Amino acid sequence: MAEITVRNLLHTYSVGTPFEKTAIRDIDLKIGQGENIFLLGHTGSGKSTFVQHLNALLQPTAGEVLVDGEDINRSKISRRDIKHRIGLVFQYPEYQLFEETVQADIAFGPRNMKLPETEVQERVLEAAGFTGIGEELLSRSPLELSGGQKRRIAIAGVIAMHPEVLILDEPTAGLDPSGSRQIMENIRSYREKTGATIIVVSHDMDSAAEYGDRLIVFERGSVSMDGSPEEVFSHPRELTSIGLNVPKAAALASALRDSGLRLNGPIYTHEQLLSAIRCAGGEPAC
Amino acid sequence: MAFIIEFESVRFRYPESDHDSLCDISIGFEPGSFNAILGHNGSGKSTLAKQMNGILLPTEGRVLVSGMDTANEDHLLEIRQTVGMVFQNPDNQIVSNVVEEDVAFAPENLGIPSEEIRERVDNALKQVGMYEYRMHAPHLLSGGQKQRVAIAGVLAMQPKVIVLDEPTAMLDPVGRQEVISTIHRLCREKNITVILITHHMDECIDADRLVVMSNGKIVLDGKPIEVFRNVERMEQEGLDVPETMRVLFDLNLAGEELPPDVLQMKCCAEYIAASLRKREQEAWQK
Amino acid sequence: MLKDVTLGQYFPGDTVVHRLDPRTKLILVVLYIIALFNTRGWVSNGLILVLTLVCMRVANIRLKNIFKGLKPMLFIIVLTALLNLFYTRGTPIREGWIITWEGMDRAVKMILRITLLITGTFLLTYTTSPMALTDGLEHLLNPLKKLKVPVHALTLMMSMALRFIPTLIEETDKIMSAQRARGADFETGNLIQRAKALLPILVPLFVSAFRRADELAVAMESRCYHGGEGRTRMNELHYTGIDYIALLLGAALTAGIIVMKHFGV
Repeated sequence: MAEITVRNLLHTYSVGTPFEKTAIRDIDLKIGQGENIFLLGHTGSGKSTFVQHLNALLQPTAGEVLVDGEDINRSKISRRDIKHRIGLVFQYPEYQLFEETVQADIAFGPRNMKLPETEVQERVLEAAGFTGIGEELLSRSPLELSGGQKRRIAIAGVIAMHPEVLILDEPTAGLDPSGSRQIMENIRSYREKTGATIIVVSHDMDSAAEYGDRLIVFERGSVSMDGSPEEVFSHPRELTSIGLNVPKAAALASALRDSGLRLNGPIYTHEQLLSAIRCAGGEPAC
Repeated sequence: MAFIIEFESVRFRYPESDHDSLCDISIGFEPGSFNAILGHNGSGKSTLAKQMNGILLPTEGRVLVSGMDTANEDHLLEIRQTVGMVFQNPDNQIVSNVVEEDVAFAPENLGIPSEEIRERVDNALKQVGMYEYRMHAPHLLSGGQKQRVAIAGVLAMQPKVIVLDEPTAMLDPVGRQEVISTIHRLCREKNITVILITHHMDECIDADRLVVMSNGKIVLDGKPIEVFRNVERMEQEGLDVPETMRVLFDLNLAGEELPPDVLQMKCCAEYIAASLRKREQEAWQK
Repeated sequence: MLKDVTLGQYFPGDTVVHRLDPRTKLILVVLYIIALFNTRGWVSNGLILVLTLVCMRVANIRLKNIFKGLKPMLFIIVLTALLNLFYTRGTPIREGWIITWEGMDRAVKMILRITLLITGTFLLTYTTSPMALTDGLEHLLNPLKKLKVPVHALTLMMSMALRFIPTLIEETDKIMSAQRARGADFETGNLIQRAKALLPILVPLFVSAFRRADELAVAMESRCYHGGEGRTRMNELHYTGIDYIALLLGAALTAGIIVMKHFGV
């Protein structure tokens, strides 16, 4: 089980050059096993830099990242092994596909872990199942498939490593609504079946409202908000001031309140909005 | 009024493909209008865009730009000058390491005298709000800024139409907003016809006309409000509708006579509040 | 990080060096290289060193940037210096040593010469936008068109390559990180294993480069690109007084260095 503790994390790019830039600073976070997190913030807020510290792809300039109490950067070996436990899916991961078949590409991660071949194949099938990739696709070349399929194959390639923590950087960027929904459902089913921690980096507030249990908002390299959707979305003004929106349902709810409707409770999803309007309209179910 | 771009029963099939990407498309776009084309990935909307400036030519039927047939080689330059095209990935359409040199690319190709190019470049950059960045290196700009440079590069041809093929798919919400408000302003102030291809339904709300494509066919066509009220049909096509329309639909209000601006949050809220009050009164009277 | 590489980059500015006609700068670099290879004594070497530093100062280029660009070449510089140091015959520094005074002399001059050579070309690319550079080159190579050499196509290819260097470097960085996250190991193993480990980087990089090339071609056509025929330029090239002065000075210097060579200084 992986419990992540981040202490006083600081990262500066290109130290000692004219391009020196501090990307993140003063980050203290605890992430428990099985949490379902959305990391929000606009481009350049440091969220992508932050997640690359969680599997030791980047080393802190100062501060430390502990998994189950142990510093992940303590040795070269620990830095390698942590990548097997904490999986990171980059933005546009379809650009990393390189093998001749879908099957071989998904198997790349497990093979790097030096697992026996039978287990590798088992994991490939299982990961393909999680991401809804039919067996008939496994022998095809990933390059001839559609954008959405490629994206899911790339995600399967990380899932096949059985990460205890699965981090995805904007997994739905550039996909159409049904493609996006499919991927979010795939991730949800991986979490429900394995109990893995999920961290999704995003700037889509609507999917954060729908799928997230804990929202962490980054601004200029630091954590500016951290709490449940209810807590975070109760500060619409702070969110807009740092270039983020509130979910559409929340925006419509506040417009409804402005036009004199009395809506009860926190509203940030479509379902909440509907039931609140129905109650305000005097429907008997309330 | 004569159409600025007109498709006459256009059928198109990519070489080596076994199905038509466009089947029997007949549609005309009015000068000065703002048109959105919505469709899921692979619906044929990008193929449609590439027909508009002769990058692709119809297998059957013809496309007319200001009355010129795109299949006629003699008119090719004039057609491309009339219809400017902006693509999804900003990095792959910028040809120079300096912003102003990139914007000058098209007028240089057209053989325009130096002094006039300088004038056009400065104007184009001012129109998209990137004049201060004219000496910058494009790869250091944000996604939204790069796309605005790409728009300026097209404006320097002084086109009558700008076709944008998913210009915001790779941008964050701030960048998306920059691009969308820029093209709305160009349409309004410079009377440029805009054809915006997208899968973000929110970008279509303010369009004059919304066309929905699926499997190479036009399935819905009309004012955004008229199109979006077919909520179930949109879902079948793998598309969403704006939250405003979704709420109206779920409250059984979508079937009624709707005010024209009801897709806007504020108008929608007022309409819902008024309807609820009316229902309450009716219930009292009973 | 690969991102830090400044090779072939252009730093926009508005100095005399920036304003020189690209053709002038190209010719000057050729003269500079000729001069450099004709240096013999310390006087001529020193002269070029001072001149280079002055040009950098005028062009507002910091030493730091030059050093960063030199980094990838460090290995070659050190190797040549060592070879010269150990394989030059002459008077040993001390009885029984292999290192000779002559070796020392040549090693230092070698370091100086290579460093100056690179610095000179950096001065060109740092102060000249790739477009201007290829424009200048195209003009200078124009006579070759008579011999049916596709000068325009070649120079366009060069400018596109320069344009996409930063983009592809960034992309390589991303792909490497992504494959590392999947447990790829680029650092250990023998030569064959390491070469094999590069496949997961090279394949996606090539796929993406082809995709980019494809999209770029469509984008260029959409902006009315139809070859070099009938193209005009926003910034037409013309020589000004400064260009003539710079060219004269450059020619004089080169001639001077060659003369000095005969006197061994």
